Amino acid sequence: MTSTITVEHLWKVFGPKPERVVGTELADLPRAELRARTGCLAAVRDVSFAVEAGEVFVVMGLSGSGKSTLVRCLTRLIEPTSGEISIDGEAVRAMNARRLRDLRRHRVAMVFQHFGLLPHRSVLDNVAYGLEIQGLGRAERHRRAGEMLTLVGLDGHENQYPEQLSGGMQQRVGLARALAIDPAVLLFDEPFSALDPLIRRDMQTEVRRLHAEVGKTLVFITHDLAEALTLGDRIAVLRDGDVVQIGTPEDLVGAPADDYVADFVRDVPRSDVLTLRWIMRDPLDGETCEDQPLPATTVIRDAVPRILRAKLPVQVVDGDRPVGVVDADRLLPALISHHRQVPA
Amino acid sequence: MMRLRTVASAALILSLTACGGATSGAGESTPSAGAKGTVKLAVNPWVGYESDAAVVGYLLEKKLGYTVEKKELKEEISWQGFETGEVDAILENWGHADLKKTYIEQKKVAVEAGSTGNTGVIGWYVPQWMADQYPDITDYKNLNKYAGLFKTSESKGKGQLLGGDPSYVTNDVALINNLKLDYTVVFSGSEAAIIKAAQQAGAQKKPLLFYFYEPQWLFAQEKFARIKLPPYTAGCDADPKKVACDYPDYDLDKIVSKKFADANSTAYQLIKNFKWTNDDQNLVSDYLTNQGMSADQAAEKWVNEHEATWKPWIPAGS
Amino acid sequence: MTATATPPTIQPDGRVVAVAGEGAAPWRRGLTRRRVLWVVLIAATVGAYLGFRTGGAADSDDAAAFRFFTDVRNWVDENRDTSPLFLYGFNYLRLGVRLLVDAVQAGLYGLGFAGLVAAAGAVALVLAGWRTALVAVGGFLAFGFLGLWAESVDTLVLTTSAVLLAVVIGVPIGVLAARVNWVSAILRPVLDVMQIMPTFAYLAPMTLLFLIGEPAAVIATLIYAVPATIRITELGIREVSPTTVEAATALGSTSRQLLTKVRLPMARPTIVLAVNQTIMMALSMVVITALIDAPGLGQNIIRALERVNVGAAFDAGLAIVIMAVVLDRITTGAARRRPAAPARHQRPTAANGVERVGAGRRDRWRAAGGRNRWAVAAGTLVVVVVLAVLPISEDLPHFSFAVPVNELTGWIELHWYDGTEWVKNVVSAGLLDPLEGVLTSTPWWLFVLVVAGFGTMASGVRAAVIAALAAAGIAGLGLWQHAMQTLATVLVTIVLTMAVGIVLGVWSARHDWFAAGLRPVLDAAQTMPSFVYLLPALALFGASRFTAIVAGFVYAFPPVVRLVDRGLRDVPAAVVEAAVSAGSTPRQLLWKVQLPMARGGLLLAANQGIVMVLAMVVLGGLVGAGALGYDVVAGFSQREDFGKGLAAGFAIVLLGILLDRLTQGFHHAKGPR
Ligand SMILES: Nc1ncnc2c1ncn2[C@@H]1O[C@H](COP(=O)(O)OP(=O)(O)OP(=O)(O)O)[C@@H](O)[C@H]1O
Ligand SMILES: [Mg+2]
Repeated sequence: MTSTITVEHLWKVFGPKPERVVGTELADLPRAELRARTGCLAAVRDVSFAVEAGEVFVVMGLSGSGKSTLVRCLTRLIEPTSGEISIDGEAVRAMNARRLRDLRRHRVAMVFQHFGLLPHRSVLDNVAYGLEIQGLGRAERHRRAGEMLTLVGLDGHENQYPEQLSGGMQQRVGLARALAIDPAVLLFDEPFSALDPLIRRDMQTEVRRLHAEVGKTLVFITHDLAEALTLGDRIAVLRDGDVVQIGTPEDLVGAPADDYVADFVRDVPRSDVLTLRWIMRDPLDGETCEDQPLPATTVIRDAVPRILRAKLPVQVVDGDRPVGVVDADRLLPALISHHRQVPA
Repeated sequence: MMRLRTVASAALILSLTACGGATSGAGESTPSAGAKGTVKLAVNPWVGYESDAAVVGYLLEKKLGYTVEKKELKEEISWQGFETGEVDAILENWGHADLKKTYIEQKKVAVEAGSTGNTGVIGWYVPQWMADQYPDITDYKNLNKYAGLFKTSESKGKGQLLGGDPSYVTNDVALINNLKLDYTVVFSGSEAAIIKAAQQAGAQKKPLLFYFYEPQWLFAQEKFARIKLPPYTAGCDADPKKVACDYPDYDLDKIVSKKFADANSTAYQLIKNFKWTNDDQNLVSDYLTNQGMSADQAAEKWVNEHEATWKPWIPAGS
Repeated sequence: MTATATPPTIQPDGRVVAVAGEGAAPWRRGLTRRRVLWVVLIAATVGAYLGFRTGGAADSDDAAAFRFFTDVRNWVDENRDTSPLFLYGFNYLRLGVRLLVDAVQAGLYGLGFAGLVAAAGAVALVLAGWRTALVAVGGFLAFGFLGLWAESVDTLVLTTSAVLLAVVIGVPIGVLAARVNWVSAILRPVLDVMQIMPTFAYLAPMTLLFLIGEPAAVIATLIYAVPATIRITELGIREVSPTTVEAATALGSTSRQLLTKVRLPMARPTIVLAVNQTIMMALSMVVITALIDAPGLGQNIIRALERVNVGAAFDAGLAIVIMAVVLDRITTGAARRRPAAPARHQRPTAANGVERVGAGRRDRWRAAGGRNRWAVAAGTLVVVVVLAVLPISEDLPHFSFAVPVNELTGWIELHWYDGTEWVKNVVSAGLLDPLEGVLTSTPWWLFVLVVAGFGTMASGVRAAVIAALAAAGIAGLGLWQHAMQTLATVLVTIVLTMAVGIVLGVWSARHDWFAAGLRPVLDAAQTMPSFVYLLPALALFGASRFTAIVAGFVYAFPPVVRLVDRGLRDVPAAVVEAAVSAGSTPRQLLWKVQLPMARGGLLLAANQGIVMVLAMVVLGGLVGAGALGYDVVAGFSQREDFGKGLAAGFAIVLLGILLDRLTQGFHHAKGPR
């Protein structure tokens, strides 16, 4: 089975004559030096990854690391400089204008940080916009748009104008607009960073609920680690256009690829993310264990009461197979230290 | 539908181009000059001219039954109008030898139609109170003695001679040079500017030396004294750079379009016959300017009171 | 954050401008080096001037440029009935315009007096609400009361025709310019020429091409007004939020859909303001077109000028002011009345001095709902039709201000003269003469060098090169002395305008009562045809450069006041609050917070002021200021001076470009606008 989205060796270089950078020794220069030498800025450098159907793929990185550029390259809102992109097995860069438009109209939709709503249209007409430009009749598109508004919890606001809504409500309109065309893939570019924390949490819950309900493939851009960890099945970390690491939340927290990622995840309570797999040790010879084993996928925090109450080490199993043991000695460093690397 | 429209517009363009494009006169209503119909009079922007136009227009309409179209135009554009067929007659022409050359001799679209009887006098003037206070000032030879009086912020330390509207003939700069006067010309740029200056010179008793001309309605209100320059002799102004003599008296004349003249209508004849005095014109101008009458009212009043003057203008047999 | 981490800036056109990674210390060194450069430049300029100044030989009457323009004119003259360019081009253009004018005329006259008054009210009601409708009805009735009904309708016909054409031509071009950068780059100098080139310079040959009367008048007006349409439309389209465009693209919009469903609707308020500005420009031009027999109020004004009757001119001028105010209120009302106007659309804009903000009414109007409005529209339509059919005539009792105005100005002219003459003499001797002396005695090549040098320091190499070329171009036209004399007058006018404009603008931003009181004064000053106040100004200041300065000032200060007021009011409340809570005195607040933050508005004001002052240069030629203005006027009056007049027109344009490019650096160089 092919992945929903695959990206291979994707480059995006801004500036004069960008083609000359890729594939030459210029490509290996750090960003700042490249800029000084050529005036070009490599926003995305040799990025490869694949997103599976139904997956939530998060791209994370500091401001300026190239996240927005990357996600826009996927539907060629920004034209990539080189590399391959395919969606549902179809090469995006080979598409002609019409095919590309069809992709945007039917298969991939996007939600933007600053909403990008049309101020001169009512909420309903904003949501119906995507259907309207496909040539759908008025009644039909209004019906569908109405359903989407219900889905995102904006019943009764159909005839208001974006200006009259709060930021959170506006972003729900943006979301409804993206959902209205019933795309297989949804792209989110920092959709919630303009919102205040409470609303942001609401919206995250909303996205998770929608993901559960409609089962789309999501590519989600954020610079907020907590958001990445709660939403992401897998996370890609970008720095200066490079992918530094791709992995599950656990991988990132438990085995950061370098200091950059480590720095990122430093303040994450490890016990909240890591599973027992990360702190178990091999049983000593002839060691006796508690009767009840714990599955290796148990998050450390959830295992704390059991392990602390137990007199003996607790066995960790993967299915039925014993893979190791944990005891209080292994547990405590994970609970107090966010900093030191725990040997895997 | 689409096809139909294309065909229609193509047909339209064809029909327009088939006849070789639109000439400059195309599409404007140009009733044939001279037929009992419309007479197009240029009205140049000074009141004396308006008086001529008022009276001639009134007679054309009331006595000969024409429709008169008055077009408010600067002189040069009026002459252009002969060529485009938009002007039939200019009623008061001040010289304009260059325009005569272009339009009468070269393009042959206009012809002269005789004098208006008015004499145009151009010269340098001071307010009457100055002439009274400094009796010898009216001789140009004494002007240098009084140059200090005429200093202004614009005259760069010399005496100021306020020049005229650029539409009029002037030799002022050359005159000052050649007569060795300690003056400089400040270009007023418009008739209104001179008139205002002249009015203030009277009211505020401020010295002023200025280029002016008669007939002009202002003379009905205030008195000005003319400066005596070396007398005009024929040809003394031939080289504009070397002029050192006074302006000649202008015989103000009428110019009509060639077509209009060739048609020889009664309208043309009336215009050709039109001839009156400076006093006549000043009177009508006074009605217009100082008594607040409209052109028709002023013309009616004058026509009622001066039948003897205008009767001979009416062509015989009409 | 360290200085080295400065991110590169992204220009609107997508260029990346890398920020040199200088540390703090080199930067400071750069600053002092700049200062040293300035000092050196000034010293060199003074030295060179003292070494090379000349007596300032007068301009000749016969330069190559003059002859060239005369030849062009003669060519047009000779070929206009044979060349295909005219047969198939201009003549059809004229025929088309004639059709349009006739149609508009038939429409407006067809409504009749009562019908037209009601129609004005109805349009205002639908577009801008009932308050404006009252203003419109009152205004149109006033034309009748002033006894100027027919003239006003004629003026309205010309204005409407010119504005219709300007919109039809200007909006698409503006959209194109916003989307295609090279179009915009090419258009810029062309629009500069169209806007600054005095109409007088080309009015005479214009009548050769388009004949005397309405079509020529409409086309002349169009040439003057359409740059505003194009520029403001371009701005509006460029200002459309890129995120929204991106969002619509991401949904698969075609470029046509982007234009019709996103860009145009979002730029609508700005485009309506473009129409508003076009109307104002057109109204100020239709007066001048009276000189080629365009009918309307302009004729009354020109005739009153011949008779030196300021009162008669005042009545007609008042009618124009009323028309301007009514049309302005309707269009600004229409710009405001829309579902949603993001705040960005209400910032003052480059080509536009008179935007006003007022969101309160909009909401209420919107609350009334769309359907309701159509009911209102239908109702008023019925009223209009009924009134148009009823035989109601415009024979109202007449009110004229002529007599009181004449008495008042007469009294002022008589009693203020000594004072005003003193002012004129002081300004002329103290400011104008020295400046003019220096400028006219500077050799042209030195001037070009100085412009290049200072231009580079202030605005960068590109702008400096253009400015220097403009200066050299003036010399090439053979009008150096006159151009420098005009420049001196223009500079003094601008300084005066800015000084007064800023003071009034600051006051107006701080005191609402003052702003409210000032508004009608500004409206009147901006729209009253200058010919009207020229007479008293002439009486008080004589035929002089100072009269030209006064006229230029009256015309140019209203937009300056408005832009300054706007700029100050646009300073975010949060910032003002922060400064106040830090204990700033009102004076500190003004000098340290509001004025620096309003820099964008102030610069815009200066720029706008320059353009408007240049527009009055020709008027200066009519009141004794001589120099370029007089050359243009003379070129209009005497056929043999045509070449010189047109050359002078170009010299004025070049002066405008020079001043614009020299000051534009302040827009980009320091801080946000
Ligand atoms: N159109 C452009 N032209 C030139 N450079 C650009 C352009 N768009 C983005 N960049 C540069 O590319 C780099 C990556 O930008 P991008 O917007 O992708 O970052 P980001 O990770 O989304 O940042 P943020 O979190 O601030 O949104 C930045 O250095 C940016 O300046
Ligand atoms: Mg981003």
